[in-house]
Amino acid sequence: MRAPNIDYAQLLPVLVVFGVAVIGVLVEAFVSRENRRTIQVPLAFAGIVASFITLFFVGKTPRTPAVGALGLDTPTVFIQGTILLLAFVSMLLIAERRVDGGGPFVAEAAALPGSEEERRLLQAGAQHTEVYPLVMFSVGGMLLFPESDDLLIMFVALEVLSLPLYLLCGLARRRRLLSQEAALKYFLLGAFSSGFFVYGIALLYGYAGTVRLSGIAQAAGSATGSDILLYAGIALVGVGLLFKIGAVPFHGWTPDVYQGAPTAVTAFMSACTKVAAFGATLRVFYVAFGGMRWDWRPMMWVIAVLTMVIGSVLAITQTDVKRMLAYSTIAHTGFILTAVVATSTQGLSSAMFYLAAYGFSSVGAFAIVTLVRDGGGEANHLSRWVGLGRRSPLVAGMFAFFLLAFAGIPLTSGFTGKYVVFLAAANGGALPLVVVGLLASAAAAFFYVRVIVLMFFQQPNEDAATVAVPSAYTSVAIGLGVLVTVVLGVVPGPVLQLAQDAARNLFVG
Amino acid sequence: MSSGGVALAAPIHPAVASGAFSLTWLLVALPLASAAVLLFGGRRTDRWGHLLGCASVIASFVVGLAIFTALLGHDAGDRSIAQHIFTWALVGKFEVAWGFLVDPLSICFVLLITGVGGIIHVYSIGYMAHDPERRRFFAYLNLFVAAMLLLVLGDNYLMLYIGWEGVGLASYLLIGFWQHRNSAAVAAKKAFVVNRVGDLGLSVAVFLMFSTFGAVSFTGVFNGIDQASHGAVTAIGLLILLGACGKSAQVPLQSWLLDAMEGPTPVSALIHAATMVTAGVYVIVRSNPIFDAAPTAQLAVTVVGAVTLLFGAFIGCAKDDIKKSLAGSTMSQIGYMHLAAGLGPAGYAFAIAHLLGHGFFKASLFLGAGSVMHATDDQVNMRRFGALRRKMPITFWTFILAWAAIIGIPLLAGWWTKDRIVEAAFAHGPVAGWLLGGAAALGVIVTSFYMTRMIIMTFFGKERWEDDVHPHESPAVMTVPLILLSIGSVFGGWFLIGGQRLPSFLAPVVGPLKESRLPFSSIVLDIGLPVLVLLGILLAVAMYVRRPVPVVPPAGNVLVRAGRRDLYGDAFNEAVFMRPGQYLTRTLVYFDAHVVDGVVNGVAALVGGASSRWRRTETGFVRSYALSMLLGAAMVSILVLIVVVL
Repeated sequence: MRAPNIDYAQLLPVLVVFGVAVIGVLVEAFVSRENRRTIQVPLAFAGIVASFITLFFVGKTPRTPAVGALGLDTPTVFIQGTILLLAFVSMLLIAERRVDGGGPFVAEAAALPGSEEERRLLQAGAQHTEVYPLVMFSVGGMLLFPESDDLLIMFVALEVLSLPLYLLCGLARRRRLLSQEAALKYFLLGAFSSGFFVYGIALLYGYAGTVRLSGIAQAAGSATGSDILLYAGIALVGVGLLFKIGAVPFHGWTPDVYQGAPTAVTAFMSACTKVAAFGATLRVFYVAFGGMRWDWRPMMWVIAVLTMVIGSVLAITQTDVKRMLAYSTIAHTGFILTAVVATSTQGLSSAMFYLAAYGFSSVGAFAIVTLVRDGGGEANHLSRWVGLGRRSPLVAGMFAFFLLAFAGIPLTSGFTGKYVVFLAAANGGALPLVVVGLLASAAAAFFYVRVIVLMFFQQPNEDAATVAVPSAYTSVAIGLGVLVTVVLGVVPGPVLQLAQDAARNLFVG
Repeated sequence: MSSGGVALAAPIHPAVASGAFSLTWLLVALPLASAAVLLFGGRRTDRWGHLLGCASVIASFVVGLAIFTALLGHDAGDRSIAQHIFTWALVGKFEVAWGFLVDPLSICFVLLITGVGGIIHVYSIGYMAHDPERRRFFAYLNLFVAAMLLLVLGDNYLMLYIGWEGVGLASYLLIGFWQHRNSAAVAAKKAFVVNRVGDLGLSVAVFLMFSTFGAVSFTGVFNGIDQASHGAVTAIGLLILLGACGKSAQVPLQSWLLDAMEGPTPVSALIHAATMVTAGVYVIVRSNPIFDAAPTAQLAVTVVGAVTLLFGAFIGCAKDDIKKSLAGSTMSQIGYMHLAAGLGPAGYAFAIAHLLGHGFFKASLFLGAGSVMHATDDQVNMRRFGALRRKMPITFWTFILAWAAIIGIPLLAGWWTKDRIVEAAFAHGPVAGWLLGGAAALGVIVTSFYMTRMIIMTFFGKERWEDDVHPHESPAVMTVPLILLSIGSVFGGWFLIGGQRLPSFLAPVVGPLKESRLPFSSIVLDIGLPVLVLLGILLAVAMYVRRPVPVVPPAGNVLVRAGRRDLYGDAFNEAVFMRPGQYLTRTLVYFDAHVVDGVVNGVAALVGGASSRWRRTETGFVRSYALSMLLGAAMVSILVLIVVVL
């Protein structure tokens, strides 16, 4: 076997991110504690921006950087661009310090919750700056995940993106036990799903004799090996991917982890992880299993219906705003799955548009969650949000706007997104799915509107939460969220065109 | 299909904007930006807000002039320039672009809107000087100008519709500007509701265009008319007419305009006289290929125009409120424009000419009325005026010039434009010509009567104002605009029609002017119409000069009472639409509360119940989540394998 010929220029966007992550680790090792943040924050932002710029140049003429392992093509460039933009916005939340003195992260992850040491560190204003390299490693994994043309590389990318996330989930400054519990749950279930994924890879290797996506497609076309191996492989690889995107019945972790993780990390996961995982799912199901779409579509139908219905219905009785948003995310996953079922250029472009649109709204919504607080940190129980619109009309108004976008009200990006995915699904022959999707949207609209009613039309309680005044970081993140949600709702044309152009070639084999 | 004009207005393929034309977007953007600054800037902008408001419109006017000059530099056939801003929506083959179209028709409106609009903005500085909310007033006026420019500059019906709704919004906000007055709030609501009816017509017209032509751009629609069915084109034409009736206060959707006079007088002048209410004429003239291909729709337009011109004139005679009398007059004059627009290529140019001339003299009349009101503590009852000519000479003389222009004193604006419409109406076939022409000629005498009545009651006779009122001439910031508008009233008609300037300028858009062939010698009209005008004047003099005007209105006969009640338009609406509507609403509410809510609540309870029950699956235990994943994996595998086995 020859060593692969690697086109480093094409890999630059990923390499820049990993490089910055490694530098970040070195900074942690060699720079004194009080100076770390001053270096880490600009470094992280610079890394993301630099990666985006290189992606811009590389993306003009995408080529395969490493034959048989990675495939850079126009849809991947779009997905990676989306990930980087969303990572930038999420990073703004992670870097926020004013809302909760010292930032949203624990001072020393190893300090026992409630211990004397923890209190001392908090008082000293210490902060955890390992967060930045961790996020960068995760972003690097996310960039690699949808670019992988080889299931093993994809598995490595999956782990690279997941491991830092497990850690990040456990680093909340407040309610540390909840946060650590979330991290452990996420880790255990993540490991469990990775098991399925690897087992699926093994089965597929057994069938096709290769782990390359195009190789699997080729083998399936020529019908040589045992079909049981192939179909079991599809199912198990599918389980691994569906876990990562949070589809029902692999969603159990989502509400618990979203609730426990620091909200900035939740925002990051709900936007970037989702885009990356969907990117990989689309690639695997379009490239490797594209020829067998008639075989896996019924399974995907069932998953999509379950995801839409359970996500929407369970959100109704939630009383915690982060859990509610988590179920909302699950419902949205279901909507995007309808486009995956379509298996067409239209399905691909609409899913990509939806991901971009949803990501920005989601980060914006979670950003606002970080602002509504009381003495003990964020006030996430919905009863604390009653009457928010009377005291902080601007913040409550923007949150209401994001909720309307999630509900898919016209003139928001949510409407455009739903419109294009449902159109793609209907054209792909999945009209019943669209009907279920519309019904689920109607049910979902109920709980979004319920929160709006609660914020604007009810008298505030005694113990109502207050709204913290954020620094420029969070303000910019919310502003960008609102802006993108409006622009993609009112003038979706250019971005839609971009997604269509990107999807025209589907993925390279 | 009628052939005459269709072939003449050849398919248009606008050139791409460059040079001065690339500034087209600024026309809309300037007033819009100013409106945004004034609305979002809050009280901080109170001190200089009105100046910014005026400056933005005047700047827009200057840009308009530059574009106009550039347009004159092109050959007549190439005076259609499109500026593409961005693609708004792209669904399959259906594309809606956000683009502007500059051509002779739209530039006429641009100059009217920004020119007269600028003058009225300046006037408002004085008129609204004592209003604490003056900044908000200017913000709304700017918003109106931006929306109106969007309406006339859009290169497709969807943009036109956005502008259409935008001016409707601005009109609503400005009619109800003095919200503390209940009558103003009610009037605003009425204008809004009545306009909805018309807007529905226009929106359905746009839907029909989409389904018939697969396009909503002007070029897409007009170039597809030959292939479309006759019925569809007629339906589109009639629906556009319905929209035009709503916006232009034509019968049967006329009732809102009289109440709209509750707004501040500059608003009445700009929106409810000079510009917005003429949007109906614009959309009909703009859609000339549709109407040329649909004679039935054209006939309907002429009938609406003829009926309204008499209807409005009649109301104008009976009202004692100076603004309402002028509002009746506006309806009547716009009726003339519709009549002309319905006559096809023989009338389009005159409709626009009358529209432009009317913009000047009617704005002048309204601003004059505003000046009188300003001097008499906001009195609008003409029975409380009288002998104001010595107290306010500038207002008086400008009012006299506008009066002379509107009734059609030879050589002034109205004589040039209105008499051409009467002439064209008479020339419109044997039976229709006599009916339409007769109505138009009758309108001439009535117009002359009520306008003269207004002049006499306001400026002549004995002083009838109340004791504590001390009339005085208005400040220069109000009189100078009046003088500027008078220049238009005097010379506008000659400028537009003399030497056929406007008809030949508009020819690329609406087709060349069709020579009208009168059934009698043209001298009959040349002499007859001035005689009719004179008759109207004499009649008014006989009734209001020789007898003193009583302060308390006399009971009047049946006709006068009918006129005072707007010819029972409101009573009709109330009996035919409002009461059955209320009854229907009550029935629906009952149905909603007892049937629909039952179903909805049932479904909600079902979903809520499911949610509570399913929520028990959220145990928080990793082991149960892992179990559900395992079962899920089994389900996925089985589903995939089942499909294969089957």
